[in-house]
Amino acid sequence: MASRIGALIPALLAGALALFVLAPVLAVAARATGFALGPADWAAVRFTAAQAFVSALVSVTLAVPVARALARRSFAGRGALITLMGAPFLLPTIVAVLALVAVFGRAGVVNQGLGLFGMGPISVYGAHGVVLAHVFLNLPLAVRMLLQGWQAIPSERFRLAESLGFGPAQMARHLEWPMLRSVAPGAFLVIFVICLTSFAVALTLGGGPGATTVELAIFQAVRFEFNLGRAALLAAVQFALCAVVAVLGWLLVTPAAFGAGLGRQALLRPPGGWRRGGDALAIGLAAAFLLLPLGAVVLRGLPGLDELPAHVWAAAGRSVLVALTSTAVTVAAALVLALAVARGGRGAGAIDAAAALPLATSGLVLGVGLFLMVQPFVSPARLALPVTVAVNAALTLPFVYRLLLPEARVLLSDYGRLADSLGLRGWARLRWLVLPRLARPLGFGAGLAAALSMGDLGVIALFATEQSATLPLVVQRLMGAYRLEAAAGAALLLVGVSFALFWVFDYGGRRYAAV
Amino acid sequence: MKTSILATGLSCIALAAAAETPVLTVLTYDSFVTEWGPGPAVEAAFEADCGCDLRFVGASDGAALLARVQLEGASGTADVVLGLDTSLTAQAAATGLFAPHGMTSPTLPVAFDDPLFLPFDWGWFAFVHDKAKLPDPPKSFEELAASDVKIVIQDPRSSTPGLGLLMWVKAAYGARAGEIWTGLADNIVTVTPGWSEAYGLFLEGEADMVLSYTTSPAYHLIAEQDDSKAAAAFAEGHYLQVEVAGKLAGSQQPELADRFLAFMLTEPFQSVIPTTNWMYPAVTPAAGLPEGFESLRPEISLLMSSEEAMTVRAEALAEWQAALAR
Amino acid sequence: MLRFDRVVLAQEEFRLSVDWELPAGARVAVIGPSGAGKSTLLAAVAGFFAPQSGRVLWQGADLGPLDPGARPVTILFQDQNLFPHLTLAQNLGLGLRPDLRLSAAQRTQIDTVLERVGLGGMGARKPAQLSGGQIGRASLARALLRARPVLLLDEPFAALGPALKAEMLALVAEVADETGALVMMVTHDPADAKAFAALTVLVADGLAHAPAPTEALFANPPPALRAYLG
Repeated sequence: MASRIGALIPALLAGALALFVLAPVLAVAARATGFALGPADWAAVRFTAAQAFVSALVSVTLAVPVARALARRSFAGRGALITLMGAPFLLPTIVAVLALVAVFGRAGVVNQGLGLFGMGPISVYGAHGVVLAHVFLNLPLAVRMLLQGWQAIPSERFRLAESLGFGPAQMARHLEWPMLRSVAPGAFLVIFVICLTSFAVALTLGGGPGATTVELAIFQAVRFEFNLGRAALLAAVQFALCAVVAVLGWLLVTPAAFGAGLGRQALLRPPGGWRRGGDALAIGLAAAFLLLPLGAVVLRGLPGLDELPAHVWAAAGRSVLVALTSTAVTVAAALVLALAVARGGRGAGAIDAAAALPLATSGLVLGVGLFLMVQPFVSPARLALPVTVAVNAALTLPFVYRLLLPEARVLLSDYGRLADSLGLRGWARLRWLVLPRLARPLGFGAGLAAALSMGDLGVIALFATEQSATLPLVVQRLMGAYRLEAAAGAALLLVGVSFALFWVFDYGGRRYAAV
Repeated sequence: MKTSILATGLSCIALAAAAETPVLTVLTYDSFVTEWGPGPAVEAAFEADCGCDLRFVGASDGAALLARVQLEGASGTADVVLGLDTSLTAQAAATGLFAPHGMTSPTLPVAFDDPLFLPFDWGWFAFVHDKAKLPDPPKSFEELAASDVKIVIQDPRSSTPGLGLLMWVKAAYGARAGEIWTGLADNIVTVTPGWSEAYGLFLEGEADMVLSYTTSPAYHLIAEQDDSKAAAAFAEGHYLQVEVAGKLAGSQQPELADRFLAFMLTEPFQSVIPTTNWMYPAVTPAAGLPEGFESLRPEISLLMSSEEAMTVRAEALAEWQAALAR
Repeated sequence: MLRFDRVVLAQEEFRLSVDWELPAGARVAVIGPSGAGKSTLLAAVAGFFAPQSGRVLWQGADLGPLDPGARPVTILFQDQNLFPHLTLAQNLGLGLRPDLRLSAAQRTQIDTVLERVGLGGMGARKPAQLSGGQIGRASLARALLRARPVLLLDEPFAALGPALKAEMLALVAEVADETGALVMMVTHDPADAKAFAALTVLVADGLAHAPAPTEALFANPPPALRAYLG
């Protein structure tokens, strides 16, 4: 009996998640007075799909040489570099955009450098700017996913290859290419979906109304025309777009793992000669591309740090609390879902789909829908923080879930029967089997969730009052009050706290797993 | 952790106490409420003699404010909405959610009278530049379009200044607005979602000029002792942004709401506006205006009536999109 | 008594019929070509494989509704019999209390059993620090602690050398004697069957043949066994 109820929990959880994501769309649609999309909306859909496609393609393509170089070279600081290169993925978009501008903008480092050689300035604004920003934000993810693929090639296979006298070319053909064929499409799809729902990046770097994404069109439908029907319809189109991609992914590729546990040393015997220089170049360029803008964030932020108004610290505390709470919720939920799907059986497919659903969500429609749903009963301002926690938990769940799923599968196939035969269940199973065996991906996932929750402000803006403002909102407000220096300082604080949270969880997970 | 528990406890006590004193809820934009905005001073002054609790609820900006009022509909809890501008008031009036204020509007650079909305401050839109980097700024939209000066502007669909610029060009050029936009297309570095992104990019050196207000240089002068910024005077005249407040028909505290609107035009409210909201107060304070507010006073002020603004908006937006989408 | 009541095990192309019984305390070898279903037969008893039809009964009670942990069964797999992240003592402790809230008496019991199988003083070690033979002994030590009336061995010693394997079988016999358990042991090696089991079950061609006395079976093998032995 107890076990039957236990088996129901994942299904209920998946149902609740789907409801949480879909009900707001319906709530928005219910307030609509008419449904129609104009040619501008379809142009937005086309632009959205096109930029997401190019962004994902470029991210994955560039990630191949970088991940490969990292996989086969060992050097001092390699681990630290891999961790640091993951940072852009955790940046709040507004900070990322200004950081990119500092490097690639008209007055940025790159153009100043070009100016020294008498070359004209290159513009970062336009469709290519959108792609550049998306690559900056998502290349770290692609590199991690591919690197994971490289490290997942069994060492026996490398030994076999060496014993057969394979050179680098044969290695690539027989070991690396088959791995890439199974891992790269998964990485492509994840990044494609992330870029589909992009908003602030496209808006600021897009250069004009030609670069309107679906999420932006939703924003305008709500704000400019108060046309809730159009907003709901666009959200539905966005869902459909992601669904098509997800189904394609389901049919064509195995989902790639997200890259937990990259502490392992390189297994490949590093080839010498020109390849050595090539690898150094790949790592160097990627590091420069990813770290220069981060450096700009630090440089811009440092002077502002000591003029931070007191309430910034209160907001930071609130953000950390929100991030930790939503991390606890999302990690627990993702673990339950991943274990259930790994176990298989009826409904596993549906649970898997529900766990991916939040990726396709329009943050704005989610916020507006929730607002409409709670407002008849309670003042939205009083729910600002709970709603933020819930939304962050839902939006970060797909990442944590995807991280845990493959590891949960391995756990189950290796030790599931033994645990069952010993009657290891419930709390004891969690304590003695699941937590220790999954500590690495759990730590990495929790770090990712915490950092992403720190940076998110999509929904809170509609609910927040002065007393419940989070750090990203304060950054936004400081910028809105001419206080750019203080805003840069607060942004640096935000990045620092996000990164610290990530590091603590990731390190904790690895530490616990190693014991 | 401990302090947050404490804070929760305190806010519960505060809620219980508040049940006895009447509460006036004012829905406004974020920057009004922040500690460097007018909010704190206004709250202290009003609460000093109203025997009530004044609460501000913030939305991100004027347009979000209107969307918020519409989302809440008749069941909303706000009593007063403060911070809409004249590009939005016709739309706001059409919701039927606002009640007449029954007061006389203060005198503005252009005649303004609206039974539902009372102005509390105003400003002229202008392109701001750095005097050292751009000593000789363009003197009109046409000059700007002919030059290779780079500007950054805001999206009219998501930002109040962006919408103001749309109205500015339309009011100045009427049927020729589309042509002007086509001319400006190659000057525009990028279009940002809101004022802060655009201004940030300008300060980073990404553009020579940014769409802002004639009072922006005063901020740098007064708050940062920096006199390097200036607003360029345009021969066509400058479009006015008039910020207004209105009373919601569904208010539970109509007398308090009236009292707040009356208070809004008195010295304690108006005197903090220039150096907190960086706009011209609707009623000039006794001490006059601070330094920098008189450096650029356009001779021609443009302002469409709110009905006119609502009628031309769709067409103006279409022209803008067609010219900039390329 | 372990009874297979018209049991049919089926999955895709695979199909195996079983309809006989084994007395409590018996020692039975399960032999047959790979893929014939030896492991599946054990899995059906242990609760990892639900029969398509028929019932598996222990002392007259249907095992069907019971979870693997609740069955009167201990099973040793080919590998992964110990959790690598837990110490030897913890691994054994799981056999007594899955939540590892062990009493002092139970701890003493674990130490005693470790001593019994020649692993005295190694309770704090992790499996990675043990040899293959030691891991086998630790697994059997846990079976001893659990003292379930049915012990299933799914080739847990296949990777060990002949001498070590003989040692393990002797230990299995000791455990079985002490707990009075019915032992079913999958094997490829007729010598193992002859050395250990009085009864042998031949699994071949979709049928688990009724248990037959081992000596007689090998002395006069039926055609299916002859084909397997080559």
